[in-house]
Amino acid sequence: MGKKLAVTGNQAVATAMKQINPDVCAAYPITPQTEIMQRFASFVSDGEVDTELITVESEHSAMSACIGAAAAGGRVMTATSSQGLALMWEMLYIASGMRLPIVMPVVNRALSAPINIHGDHSDSMGARDSGWIQLYSENAQEAYDNVIQAVRIGEHENVRLPVMVCMDGFIISHSIESMEFLPDEVVKEFVGEYKPLYSLLDVDNPVTYGPLVLPDYYMEFKRQQHEAMGNVKEVVLEVAKEFEKVSGRSYGLFEEYRLDDAEVIIVILNSAAGTAKDVVDQYRDKGVKVGLLKPRLFRPFPYKEVAEALSGAKVVAVLDRADSFGGFGPVYMEVASALTTNGARPLMLNRIYGLGGRDFMPEHAETVIEELKRVLDSGKIEKQKDYLGVRE
Amino acid sequence: MKGWRELTIGAIIPEAGNAASYNTGSWRAFRPQWIEENCIQCLFCWIYCPDSAVNVKDGKRGEFDYDHCKGCGICAMECPGKKGKKAIVMVEEGT
Ligand code: SF4
Ligand code: SF4
Repeated sequence: MGKKLAVTGNQAVATAMKQINPDVCAAYPITPQTEIMQRFASFVSDGEVDTELITVESEHSAMSACIGAAAAGGRVMTATSSQGLALMWEMLYIASGMRLPIVMPVVNRALSAPINIHGDHSDSMGARDSGWIQLYSENAQEAYDNVIQAVRIGEHENVRLPVMVCMDGFIISHSIESMEFLPDEVVKEFVGEYKPLYSLLDVDNPVTYGPLVLPDYYMEFKRQQHEAMGNVKEVVLEVAKEFEKVSGRSYGLFEEYRLDDAEVIIVILNSAAGTAKDVVDQYRDKGVKVGLLKPRLFRPFPYKEVAEALSGAKVVAVLDRADSFGGFGPVYMEVASALTTNGARPLMLNRIYGLGGRDFMPEHAETVIEELKRVLDSGKIEKQKDYLGVRE
Repeated sequence: MKGWRELTIGAIIPEAGNAASYNTGSWRAFRPQWIEENCIQCLFCWIYCPDSAVNVKDGKRGEFDYDHCKGCGICAMECPGKKGKKAIVMVEEGT
């Protein structure tokens, strides 16, 4: 059995990294991620890991160094947030395009301007097309568990893709909650030894990474990336099953909360899902048929499975902690796409909440459920996209 | 041409030195021309060529490798020639 301890989300992730013991970490500090790398740097100094820690001058360099180290054949990790992730942008595509299974915790934080250090999903949602797998975590336990599983998912022979593990800045990264750690040797065995496919340091089998590929071949490589993403769902489930054996905690592509017989459903990810689940319980006690779906795997998005899970719904509200100005929120767009294959489609609302770290309170979930009930009765939607908790 | 299933993932090239089998000479706008009687066999052109497009055999300069020469003109610039006469001149392609 693992140890139960009260820790911050950052501490949980740093501990997962220590237990994974990657070959190389290249990182740059940024709030609210800093604590992860600060703690990890202590593990390096104290000789608790064998990792080569490269302190670089920016996140662009951090990801560049990670790419180099991964191409050299190492198991590589880093972590970032917000502007740091934004600065990595061009390198994100290179990591995925070169099929390097780097694992990167992303502590979600709003993007400037105006400058803000608190949690929302604008950073990682903006990177959803970068070819990285994305896992979202409600709390410290899920973040810890996801980071460990991410290593196996990204490195799987049918996948070979980098993975972001997202958790909410401050709300999770800096709050202390009780969670269970696996023993070091269990994690060590679970992640296993890394076997690189092509290594620049393997001088007997020299390879070239990053050649110029013109219109005659470029699309074939992009098609390969889509194929690899297509294999992810199966691998996520396979790894989750194995993880359950060692941890007793079960994971899927998303969490279904009181979805059986639900007529109105809230779709929401990360920490706010916890608050919303409490409110769902209260309404269930009052006899309202309400349920909740919390995406875990956002890239690749499990369209078919989500469509099935929502097939009984009459009205669905998708809550997004990131906006697409002039468009719908990113989670809404995916759920709406998923439902295009369902014959009888539910009515759908998109509500943007919690930008720049604004608290998502139980009353916000109540407002949404009340509205879902109204739409269920009237069959009419007044505003398809709107904002929760914004002053007029 | 190969389909996506046959290609190495991530555009990784697993064979060493296979750039030789990829002909890139068609990018050239100017073609270097070797004037053998002005050549002193100093092999500056061979050293300076960024693309190994100057063929050398048994220490002697041979013809350009036009399948890979990009026409950058570095060899013509560096060539000392003989008595003020260049052993490499650049001529426009198609003339
Ligand atoms: S023109 Fe440039 S590429 Fe061609 S042989 Fe001369 S130096 Fe090499
Ligand atoms: S640089 Fe000029 S002179 Fe020297 S080997 Fe080449 S062609 Fe001949």
